[in-house]
Amino acid sequence: MKRNDDFETRREHLKNLSDAELEQRFWSLIEELTDPLLKLGYENTTPAIERSVLLRMGFSSLEAKSLVEGCMEHNLMEHGAGNVVYRLAKKDGTDVRTAGLKLIEKAVWDEAEALFGGENA
Amino acid sequence: MSEYKLDKDTKIDVAEILKDLEHYHPRRRGWTWREPVPGLQMGPFTYEDASKPLKDSVGLPPAHYFGDIDPQPLPVITTEIASGRFEDDIRRMRMAAHHGADHIMVIRTAGQSHFDGLIEGTPQGIGGVPVTRKQVRAQRKALDMIEDEVGRPINYHSYVSGVAGPDIAVMFAEEGVNGAHQDPQYNVIYRNINMVRSFVDACESKKVMAWADMAQIDGAHNANATARDAWKVMPELMVQHGINALISAKVGMKKKNICLSTVPPTATPGPCIHMDLPYAVALRDLFHEYRMRAQMNTKYIEASTREATVTHVLNMVISKLTSADIQSTITPDEGRNVPWHIYNIEACDTAKQALIGMDGLMEMVELKKDGYLREKARELKERAVLFLENMIELGGYFNSVEEGFFVDSGMFPERNGDGISRKIDGGIGVGTVIKRAKDYCAPVTAHYGYNNVAQYDPEAVNDPSRLIGGCTFECPEKIQYIDELDETDNVYLRMDEVKDFAGPNAKLIKPEMEWLADGTVMLTMFFPTDVRHAEAAALEIGKRMNLVDCEVINREIMHRAEGTRIEMKGKVAFSINMDDLQLPSVPDVLSDEELWDAIDKKPMRIVAGTIGDDEHSVGLREILNIKHGGIEKYGIECIYLGTSVPPEKLVQAAIETNADAMLASCIISHDDIHYKNIAKVDRIAREMGVRDKLIFVAGGTQVTDEGAREAGADVGFGRGSHGNHVATFLVKERARREQNAR
Repeated sequence: MKRNDDFETRREHLKNLSDAELEQRFWSLIEELTDPLLKLGYENTTPAIERSVLLRMGFSSLEAKSLVEGCMEHNLMEHGAGNVVYRLAKKDGTDVRTAGLKLIEKAVWDEAEALFGGENA
Repeated sequence: MSEYKLDKDTKIDVAEILKDLEHYHPRRRGWTWREPVPGLQMGPFTYEDASKPLKDSVGLPPAHYFGDIDPQPLPVITTEIASGRFEDDIRRMRMAAHHGADHIMVIRTAGQSHFDGLIEGTPQGIGGVPVTRKQVRAQRKALDMIEDEVGRPINYHSYVSGVAGPDIAVMFAEEGVNGAHQDPQYNVIYRNINMVRSFVDACESKKVMAWADMAQIDGAHNANATARDAWKVMPELMVQHGINALISAKVGMKKKNICLSTVPPTATPGPCIHMDLPYAVALRDLFHEYRMRAQMNTKYIEASTREATVTHVLNMVISKLTSADIQSTITPDEGRNVPWHIYNIEACDTAKQALIGMDGLMEMVELKKDGYLREKARELKERAVLFLENMIELGGYFNSVEEGFFVDSGMFPERNGDGISRKIDGGIGVGTVIKRAKDYCAPVTAHYGYNNVAQYDPEAVNDPSRLIGGCTFECPEKIQYIDELDETDNVYLRMDEVKDFAGPNAKLIKPEMEWLADGTVMLTMFFPTDVRHAEAAALEIGKRMNLVDCEVINREIMHRAEGTRIEMKGKVAFSINMDDLQLPSVPDVLSDEELWDAIDKKPMRIVAGTIGDDEHSVGLREILNIKHGGIEKYGIECIYLGTSVPPEKLVQAAIETNADAMLASCIISHDDIHYKNIAKVDRIAREMGVRDKLIFVAGGTQVTDEGAREAGADVGFGRGSHGNHVATFLVKERARREQNAR
């Protein structure tokens, strides 16, 4: 986009605002622009977010990466990679770390898929 | 755990820091501001805007005139440290902390933004260090010891950006990192990471940072550094700050931890304060609830460290006239891309010196409430609002970025069509954003967004990690620590290569600018010729001095034909054995009581003056004057003859007053005039037959004991000498002569 500086005409509706009103307008416009971005964050996840969840659940970065890649491959990301591990642990009656390592070492992704079958199919 | 402790007179032992890292846990989380001490008394002075003093530190060069005080200004002072070898950076951190830095910012290695996950181990970096758990843990552990030594908490900081932002945020929260850069706009504009991915990741990263009470610094200053004319992006900068600040606050970060990274956009020879101050005022008007991290201008830095230092002091005038919660200290040699130890430290001193020098300024001056300053600030704010209105017309943030709205070289609303444009369906990580399903769950603390915990336990909704008995944030023992992954690139191999130079008991030494034993030296030279010849001559000189890898790093014209200043770096190919060094003996000093006693028993009279055509009297007065702990203090009668005293007059005065000693001060040293004058005093005293009766003491900043004795004095006192040194010599020399006479 190319445009000459039309500040003087463009500012007509702002020039009579008080400083406080101008500041208020600045922040309400920022809010209008950022609310949709926050909503995206609220409703979506990413491989990095899921890895960060798995790190907090007690997995190493290498393990987290491998688990997230498995979830991507088996279309399980929408449930949350941590959730996949958590449900497997609940089913097996183990802690989450044991369940996660089982997924990595034994690649029992069919067991994981079965835990989420139907519900969101 | 290891029992290793720092000793104030011993080098830090990095090998000890690296021991037992797998068991180290940080002792606190969160950012620390300095503790204000209004009306602080230090030495002869009272300060208005200073903070709690340090337990141990290195003061500014003239501090010894004022009782070695080292007053600390109020803003947190940042130093950016990252040489590529984190083990060497640890030593630099200790030096920086002792010069007043309490915010250590670690720059990441080139390319880490695009690394999809955490890097582990300790590989060497380029232009920064690979930020890894082990590296962070080692540096945080070292800083724990260093902060105890200086007596002030040190904030440790790096970057939560790139495609692994949330991973890094979690690792930082676990490892006690206190501050981080986090701004999705940086990913989008400068790293071409997919826009949607960047914002979704940012929400999670910020939530984690908020939990860890970390301070956040945004990335807006990069627009200054990138834009064709840095001052034309001022309206856009306020927009960028606003977007990141509000997202952060809404995610849950405290506003007092949200810091705007703001740079005075212009530099000299532009009328920079006239242009930058209205912007600084506008920004602080709009963002009065947030904090200011005053960055220094890097866009217009050249290779002159003097020029950069002046620019940075002018930047700090803006900080002082408005506000700064964190004062950045860009190394003055950023312009030549060699962030050396000495410049890191100089930059810390520049900030400390400038801010303490301007202590109490705002008690005496205030910014005008009307006229150009306020009108210009208002205009900038209006331009920012118009920028936002235009973004909304275009359909929001993503569409505006697609339009190339950011970093355009036109001052908004002017547009030159040369902004940076990114596609919503482009960039690194495109297609990796996944909609959360109804049963989406993350059983951890500090997770942002939709989280169906209730499906498992309605009671755990506000504490999702309860589902798993606590996550690493509550149970740090659950953290999985990886030591090294690469057998061919790690800290142990690097340290092994320089082991003879390392640690408190090193046998060998080499000059160092960046890495242990790098051998780097810098030469400053003047050549009476033009730039091209001067540069070639410098390189030839480096070769003949047996320096290797010589490179000219700065050239300044004194006159096109008459002369050029050259700064050149090179490496020495040899090392020095510490055992072979001949150290001059440490002056033995009698106690005040012993000196008083000796003079009380037998009075002493001396004559003193600055000899030759030398008007410098400060040093001699320090040695004589009772106020400065000079020799008068011990009862020695001093007859001060003044400056530019001819050598014969000094000797004559000694004879006429029946003095015991002559004190000659000589500061000017070009063409060895100082030693020539010392020799003259000696010769005249001999000719007059009084040399044996008179003790002859010479002193001056360029005087050495050896040189003075060779020239004919009985002793020489150089830089750093005090009255008690001179009095001790006088008393002992008199006693020695009396002994010999018996």
